[in-house]
Amino acid sequence: MEQNLFLIFLAAFIVNNIILMRFIGLCPFFGVSGKLDTALGMGSAVLFVMLLSSWISWVIYHFILTPFGLVFLRTATFILVIASLVQFVEMFLRKNFPHLYTALGIYLPLITTNCAILAVSFLNIDYEHNIIQATIFSVGTAFGFILVILLMAAIRERLELAPISDSFRGNPITFITASLMALAFLGFIGFLGLAI
Amino acid sequence: MKHFINGIIKENPVLVLMLGLCPVLAVSGTVRDAAGMGVAVIFVLTCSNIVISLIKNWVPSQLRIPIFIIVISTFVTINDYTMQAYFPELYKVLGVFVPLIVVNCIILARAEAFASRHSVSASILDGLGIGIGFTLAVVAMGVIREALGSGTILGKTIIGESFRENSVLLMVLPPGAFLVIAFLMAGMNKWVKK
Repeated sequence: MEQNLFLIFLAAFIVNNIILMRFIGLCPFFGVSGKLDTALGMGSAVLFVMLLSSWISWVIYHFILTPFGLVFLRTATFILVIASLVQFVEMFLRKNFPHLYTALGIYLPLITTNCAILAVSFLNIDYEHNIIQATIFSVGTAFGFILVILLMAAIRERLELAPISDSFRGNPITFITASLMALAFLGFIGFLGLAI
Repeated sequence: MKHFINGIIKENPVLVLMLGLCPVLAVSGTVRDAAGMGVAVIFVLTCSNIVISLIKNWVPSQLRIPIFIIVISTFVTINDYTMQAYFPELYKVLGVFVPLIVVNCIILARAEAFASRHSVSASILDGLGIGIGFTLAVVAMGVIREALGSGTILGKTIIGESFRENSVLLMVLPPGAFLVIAFLMAGMNKWVKK
């Protein structure tokens, strides 16, 4: 069982990295990876909300939607849960942890449209994770997100100064960088017997 | 008519506005998957545009985003179950990206920026135009990646048997997706935007 949990973590963290291998959560990845500190803020907000939303959607799916035969409502339910969760977390942080709120503040509303959060809720159900596996899976995925967004931010700070032809400046060169990073991550396939 | 053309080239949602990138990169490994995704997006986008432009006068502005999301997720669910019933193979390949259409920024962006302010007929044209723009971009990616990566288009060998056996496998893998869209965007920057 322990081995199994470790594998779930590693698969979510590196081998099936959510950004580079699954292409989920690209908008914030390209949107806020311009600077290291904003990337870290976005990353921690994702970790926080992803963990909470995967717990809540897991409980709702297994204890409300399945027993009452309402599984077809899952898309609508999950998106509403996430949207209201984000609002709630925002109010809670502003009241009780003003420091954390100023650090994460502007990134929280953006998370509602971050498909990574919703995707983790769905994947937990598709993979039939129990609650512990779901926790490990969401933490691993969020760490994978943070790792890649930080690496990208560090590279992009240097790209600013590099001589790049006009048509490639901005987004195209960022995608080429992402392509090279994905190439490096491909090397992890088969690691400990994990597959895509 | 202007709304229709606009979405296809000048405001191409993917290559110019940079919206809805996740499905574009993820499902463009083959032309068939790409076209399937494109049709699904056209359906959801046009239907949600129609409903939102019909109800726009009764939606209180503070509550508009949750209401739009419910409308969109209704059509995503319809699409989800239709696909599961009639195209099970395609559904299996697209996987989690079918329910994820609900967070595709293109759809909410059009609801907010266009359908909630214009008439029904204009919204239909806008939905079709933007949807076709999305489909063109994702199919273009699919054509390039499938041709280079497996040497085929829609499963038919195109460049020649020897190329098919030694194709650029990288193009079908994740790095190829990033690479192709980088070059498409650079091309748009050079020839179209200005």
